[in-house]
Amino acid sequence: MEIGLAHYMAVAAIIFTIGIFGIFVNRKNVVIILMSVELILLSVNINFVAFSYYLNDLAGQVFALFILTVAAAEAAVGLAILVVYFRNRGDISVDHINLMKG
Amino acid sequence: MELATLLPALAFYLFAGVAVISALMVVLARNPVRSVLFLIMTFFSAAALFVMLGAEFLALLLVVVYVGAVAVLFLFVVMMLDVDFVELKQGFAEYLPLGGLLAFVLAIELIVLGTTFRVPKDFVAQTPIDADVSNIEAFGRVLYTDYAFFFEAAGLVLLVAMIGAILLTLSVKKGVKRQNVSDQVARTPKDGLKRADVKPGEGI
Repeated sequence: MEIGLAHYMAVAAIIFTIGIFGIFVNRKNVVIILMSVELILLSVNINFVAFSYYLNDLAGQVFALFILTVAAAEAAVGLAILVVYFRNRGDISVDHINLMKG
Repeated sequence: MELATLLPALAFYLFAGVAVISALMVVLARNPVRSVLFLIMTFFSAAALFVMLGAEFLALLLVVVYVGAVAVLFLFVVMMLDVDFVELKQGFAEYLPLGGLLAFVLAIELIVLGTTFRVPKDFVAQTPIDADVSNIEAFGRVLYTDYAFFFEAAGLVLLVAMIGAILLTLSVKKGVKRQNVSDQVARTPKDGLKRADVKPGEGI
């Protein structure tokens, strides 16, 4: 029962899929969608750290650090946009975010 | 089975199981506050997995940055928004079958990919992990030399995000009297004091 790279990759794959699933299912709640994105980034980080350990290469951990930075920045800006949107519209339903008609 | 190999395996399955279940609860919970709390639990379990992989610095960073900052930020926003979250849950059952099917297929594909993946024989680590130094020291040695520019770029990303978040949420209301410090400091007795010649029996 040796825990190998495949075990960690499986865990990361499952968490990644849960993140995708969360975006599919919660079509209206932007907060949950942002949390799902955080889950996806976490699963990527698990993969990087696992590869770093099993390939004995520190570069994976450094890359995971940068992903952590970008994820934190993304959460801050995303939540700021959410707050501004709520202030203007009074709700946070994704269905109504088509004002810009992109 | 030997205890030395059994214990790490048990720990791995415990942390991985908690991480997966709480990740699922993040998505499925009815109340967003509970979602945030489960998100914190997921990050904690992932931090434990990082410790098992010998990345102590990243594990603590995950706890400090995510549990301490990002999750609390989520919690603030969820509690600040006065939204009927039950209403937002509508459409859940509508997208559940297709979303579940797609997620299931994706998970199977990724797990098959992960289990069949083999590291190339001629792989050479560019920055090998030195077993003699601690994780954080090895991290610092690499981060501030080989990846110095990327480190500064990461700082720039955070700066831009900070300015963006402040600029987005800053609201200047009209008609609000604010303190003007430079005006206060520039004020002299000359323009602050007025002498008036008051006649007896009259006011100003």
